[in-house]
Amino acid sequence: MSIGPAWYLGLAAVLFALGAVGVMVRRNVLVMFMCVELMLNAANLTFVTFSRVLGDIGGQSLVFFVLVVAAAEVVVGLGVVVAIFRRRAAATADDLHGMKG
Amino acid sequence: MNVLLGVTVPDAITFGICAVVVLSGAIGVIVSRNAVHAALSLVLTLFGIAVLFIEQHAYFLAAVQVIVYAGAIVVLFLFVIMFLGVDREEDVRAEPLRGQRPLAVVLTAISLAGVLALSATANWVTGAHRVAGGVNAGGHTDTFNLGKSIFTTYLWAFEITAALLVIAVVGAVVLARRPARAEDEEPAADGRAAPLAPIEGSQGAGGPIEGGASAGGQGDGDEGDGAAGADAARRPAAGVPASAEVSR
Repeated sequence: MSIGPAWYLGLAAVLFALGAVGVMVRRNVLVMFMCVELMLNAANLTFVTFSRVLGDIGGQSLVFFVLVVAAAEVVVGLGVVVAIFRRRAAATADDLHGMKG
Repeated sequence: MNVLLGVTVPDAITFGICAVVVLSGAIGVIVSRNAVHAALSLVLTLFGIAVLFIEQHAYFLAAVQVIVYAGAIVVLFLFVIMFLGVDREEDVRAEPLRGQRPLAVVLTAISLAGVLALSATANWVTGAHRVAGGVNAGGHTDTFNLGKSIFTTYLWAFEITAALLVIAVVGAVVLARRPARAEDEEPAADGRAAPLAPIEGSQGAGGPIEGGASAGGQGDGDEGDGAAGADAARRPAAGVPASAEVSR
């Protein structure tokens, strides 16, 4: 008998909270993206856990789609970072105050 | 005899080790001053998650997790970090918004406690128990059933995903491409210099470029002829990390 789902869900919740703290606390845009990846992984872990609990393959299919969306998001996000860096030489979110009044 | 609290001991040990690895990797991402170290801590977390997938009999997803996340996404992160030259220490202590960090930590801790308390007392799942078939339906492996569900039940979503990937690739190419005017002006300096000049001028006026080196390089590129213009047009790209170092 393997570990019950409660442990996995608790671990996923803590991982999601760590990712959220990272997004709010860090200023480097790249590290903020990594923290978004942490949150996506927490969601993936929850999906797989419920897939096992309910005996439904749909949860694993959803994880597959989350992987694809995460890859696309990272590609576009890093493209934006490169484009911004080329104009402003700014790697932290605080340097991007172009719309400040 | 190797059953403790209804759980086999190897499973418990695996879960414990993986939980420690995942959480330490996540903490490493948050607290590391160097972006490269953060990316390597992210690899640690992703591997821990992959092992937890195996522990829950999602073998295909574990392999995909390692290949796509650790093999592609983290390498992309590292590539951009090296490309931009931001792999130096960031001052984590600096706090532009006073009190934002303690507030963020406290609010997230409250939310986490709320979620844990709710999930400890409430009913987890409602609704239909099974939509897309069992994980091991028909005596097949999870890989077989996953592929079957993706190409039957979720076929439309799969097609949309293909479109999404194409759009993302095109968008990334458009975003990361060097601005066309910097490349175009060098061979056409004799003939097409006049129509291109206003574009260059408007860019120089619109975008406040930090760092004296890159701004000076663009100014030279405007006035200089063929060879000097090509040289100066290439200089801003190489000069950006240096000016970034100055401005940090």
